[in-house]
Amino acid sequence: MSAPSTHADHAHGNGNEHGHGHSGFSHPMPIWMLLSVFFALLVLTVATVYQSTFDLGNMEIWLSLTIATIKAGLVIAFFMHLVWDKPLNAIIILGSLIFVALFLGFTMMDAEGYRDNLIMTSTLEQSQPGATVVEVSK
Amino acid sequence: MSVVTSPVTMPDKSQDLGKEDNYLTHTSGFLSWALTLDHKRIGLMYLAGVLTAFTAGGILALMIRLHLWNPNIDKSQAWLTNQQYNQVFTLHGAIMVFLFIIPSVPAALGNFLLPIMLGTKDVAFPRLNLGSFYLWICGAIFFLFSLFATGLDTGWTFYTPYSIESQGPVVAATMGVFVLGFSSIFTGLNFIVTINTMRPPGMTWFRMPLFLWATYSTSIIQVLATPVLGITVLLLAAERILGIGIFDPKLNGDPVTFQHFFWFYSHPAVYIMILPAMGIISELMSVHSHKGIFGYRMIAYSSVAIALFGFLVWGHHMFTSGMADVTTIVFSALTFTVSIPSAIKVFNWIGTMYQGTVVLNTPMLYALAFIFLFTIGGLTGLFLGALSTDMHLHDTYFVVAHFHYVMMGGTLVAFLGGLFHWWPKMTGKMFNDFAGIVSAAIVFVGFNLTFLPQFVLGTRGMPRRYASYVEEFQQLHQLSTIGAMMLGCGLLVAGLTLLHSLFYGKKAPMNPWGGATLEWECQTPPPHDNFSSPPTVGDPYDFSGIEYDPKSGGYIKKKK
Amino acid sequence: MTVHDTATAHHDDHHEHPSWLAHHFDDAEQQFDSGKLGMWLFLVTEVLFFSGMFCAYALYRNRNPEVFEFCSQFLNEKLGAINTGVLLFSSLTMAWAVRASQLKQTKILIGMLGATLGCAAIFLGVKAVEYSHKWGLGLLPGKFYRSQLENPVHVDNNYLYNLCIVPMVMLIACALYYVYALVTASKFHLRVAGPMVVAAACFFGGVGLGNYLESGEGHSEHASSGHHGSSEHGHAEHADGAHDSAGHGTEEPAKAKLSLVSVDNSPIHDVLVTPAESVTPQSNVNQSAMAGLFFGIYYCMTGVHAVHILGGMLVITWLIVKASREEFHSEYFGPVDNVGLYWHLVDFIWIYLFPLLYLIT
Repeated sequence: MSAPSTHADHAHGNGNEHGHGHSGFSHPMPIWMLLSVFFALLVLTVATVYQSTFDLGNMEIWLSLTIATIKAGLVIAFFMHLVWDKPLNAIIILGSLIFVALFLGFTMMDAEGYRDNLIMTSTLEQSQPGATVVEVSK
Repeated sequence: MSVVTSPVTMPDKSQDLGKEDNYLTHTSGFLSWALTLDHKRIGLMYLAGVLTAFTAGGILALMIRLHLWNPNIDKSQAWLTNQQYNQVFTLHGAIMVFLFIIPSVPAALGNFLLPIMLGTKDVAFPRLNLGSFYLWICGAIFFLFSLFATGLDTGWTFYTPYSIESQGPVVAATMGVFVLGFSSIFTGLNFIVTINTMRPPGMTWFRMPLFLWATYSTSIIQVLATPVLGITVLLLAAERILGIGIFDPKLNGDPVTFQHFFWFYSHPAVYIMILPAMGIISELMSVHSHKGIFGYRMIAYSSVAIALFGFLVWGHHMFTSGMADVTTIVFSALTFTVSIPSAIKVFNWIGTMYQGTVVLNTPMLYALAFIFLFTIGGLTGLFLGALSTDMHLHDTYFVVAHFHYVMMGGTLVAFLGGLFHWWPKMTGKMFNDFAGIVSAAIVFVGFNLTFLPQFVLGTRGMPRRYASYVEEFQQLHQLSTIGAMMLGCGLLVAGLTLLHSLFYGKKAPMNPWGGATLEWECQTPPPHDNFSSPPTVGDPYDFSGIEYDPKSGGYIKKKK
Repeated sequence: MTVHDTATAHHDDHHEHPSWLAHHFDDAEQQFDSGKLGMWLFLVTEVLFFSGMFCAYALYRNRNPEVFEFCSQFLNEKLGAINTGVLLFSSLTMAWAVRASQLKQTKILIGMLGATLGCAAIFLGVKAVEYSHKWGLGLLPGKFYRSQLENPVHVDNNYLYNLCIVPMVMLIACALYYVYALVTASKFHLRVAGPMVVAAACFFGGVGLGNYLESGEGHSEHASSGHHGSSEHGHAEHADGAHDSAGHGTEEPAKAKLSLVSVDNSPIHDVLVTPAESVTPQSNVNQSAMAGLFFGIYYCMTGVHAVHILGGMLVITWLIVKASREEFHSEYFGPVDNVGLYWHLVDFIWIYLFPLLYLIT
């Protein structure tokens, strides 16, 4: 118990030498910011639930994904302090999304390409009119 | 590492612990190794582990070749039944890929060398480092289980739907792969962080030895690609246990998707295997030619380029799997981009030797063998990347020969070269150079004898993974088997040379080859903390001040 | 460990190295930066790890959108929304905990970590209700999927009881630990045990909340939207209603689709919607090769996410122990920060999972 507190004192002493409350690399977030980010996230959650009550067809997934991305952006930027973090960390996490896009993109592109060759078990049992229904439902 | 403290420590240490204090003798006892956080000891333990795995995989390879000597005459006289043959090549592939090649250079040599070359005390996360070693052990146990449960017959690629239906212990093997994947991820993560945050003053990015650039690029792939393998094998296990249907055509799943998932990792994994080997060659070429590396920046950039391009080409493993036409064309075109940085490297290595003082000792011979074999491996890769020829060559022995030229002729030979090169530093003992040269020669000849005939077999239509073949292939197969035996002997000689040195080798000098990178400024073997005072970082390929010192049998750096 | 310690001791001779600073780092900032970079890289691996499942999701949703529309109605979007809120709140408390650790506000720190742990437990409690409910209905992955009409099954709470065994043991253990802390009157143990008891209890709070929303409120809405009756009767009623819509469907496919959508909007969880015997595509959807695939993806995604929550709970507990020893201050808060990053990532994944799985119309 005693040892850590002396270190803490030491640390505080260090901090004071630097002339501001905390040493160089700690950036406590103000409470108002935490709370406002949280409420923004809540509002967006309500929005995304609300938009799901409309039938927007194809747009629906894009709208919900956009809202989700805004929420994710808020979480990353503020809760994860990426805004104040070293740029390298931002590059790393955003860079990883490029690879995810690459992975999803190529795989989807390919799957779309050979889709017509697929024999689904449902289509085996299903007559042609059924397929048009799928079209309509889009 | 702060500069102020350095003068005090050196006399202090030598007084306390005597002259012979190095990382090997620093502490003793089983636990001091089993719980060590020292990257050098972890590296050595990895080395022991991967070499054991290599021996196991090698024996399985010899079994394959012996079986193929004459599998046709009488089924009852054949070495292995067809079922056993399937299991043997599966385990050979899985052990060699996951237990040997992937951790060989980064985890064994890299762990030992990276902090020393960088001039730091340790990697950034020593506990994680030890943890990743134990994860490796854990993964190895899973594989041992599948070895003794005998029945894993899916091939190391675990392609669905067969892997869903196979009676073998697929779940155990995939869990092994999963665990080994995390071992690999943690090693890579550790290296990236170490290189990014722990470089001592003066060690700028472009003063890093090229081995570090290669390791760094490798680590990027490890971190980005391996998790996808993790989820792939997890989904495969879930497929077997729960029947989730994602990869199961019976449940409308899509087996081609499995191949996409698998190769999104496994193609970049090819570069996990070859990039560190290229890093070793960059070091070996320069040091044993006693000449600065030619085109430092181009080699460094090409490492990163290979790492990134490696993510764009995975589809070339699947040209005949039912991919869409457009995708095959795109992947085929992208495949050729990877050849550019590889060719840059080969060109620069040869440029390094030009007008250098080339010393043909064991490490250098291995390095030269690498360039020869890797070039063949790389160029035959172009035939496989081209859509039209791949249609014919896909899943034939041509592919087998190609990737053995890259993985074995490339990575293994470079690994051996690196092992001989840094062996004096790691163990403090010099090996018998003549014996080493003999081993390099046998390995080179044996290797070509094994795999050159396989190119011919492949173009004539011999499919891979078959337990038997038509009569007309027998001569070439037997030639290949003779080569494999020879290769085995060569590797045995290499192993015995190293073992012999442990007991009878003479004490190694600090800098036996005349290298200019930081590990040669470190004691031999290195002390526990690597550097008692922060090393002065200079150009890693500046050999101007380094001269032979007959007294110690090594090189010393002359003070300017 | 001994090696490490001696090394530290050596170093301490000439350079003051506090115990929280590992021997191979020069200063606190280097240690912090390394840890943080390592964490971000780990998050990268997590993102790519999940991307495999998102890829599977995208592929099959693109290929069979009707399956996803059909199956999504079995997911209770209220529970999903509640869980989203709970996770967002836990993210808030986690971010606040990081702030508290930087300012050395030990009490707030422990409180915030405890709140995060509690939210995680609530999340899992709600999840347990969701899972057990689906298992009871035969909404299982892949080949285990039981078609709703051939096999009308009812909510079976046995699954829920089984799921509650381990948390119950945990709750008892935590309670005993708390009693032990009270008896020894140790400040440290009290600080650790308090949040743990609360968190373990929160799981059952989550279960209660989930049960309330799943059955109680679900039924009331049920009634209000015109599908009255208890759950047993509901089956029959809905089957009839669905028959009607299917009857139209054979004549006018587009309308059938619309009517199905309108049914979707009511929280139908223990209710059967589509007829199996008609020739509309919906009939083919309700089979293990179609709906089973959706539930395979659903269980994989949410299951792996739940495992991450469990892992997060473990490390948060570890943080509570460390915080109770007052180890954190403005130069050493890396562990809190890094666990925070991990926790936000888990939240981040859920932010995508929620609309993608629950809110398909």
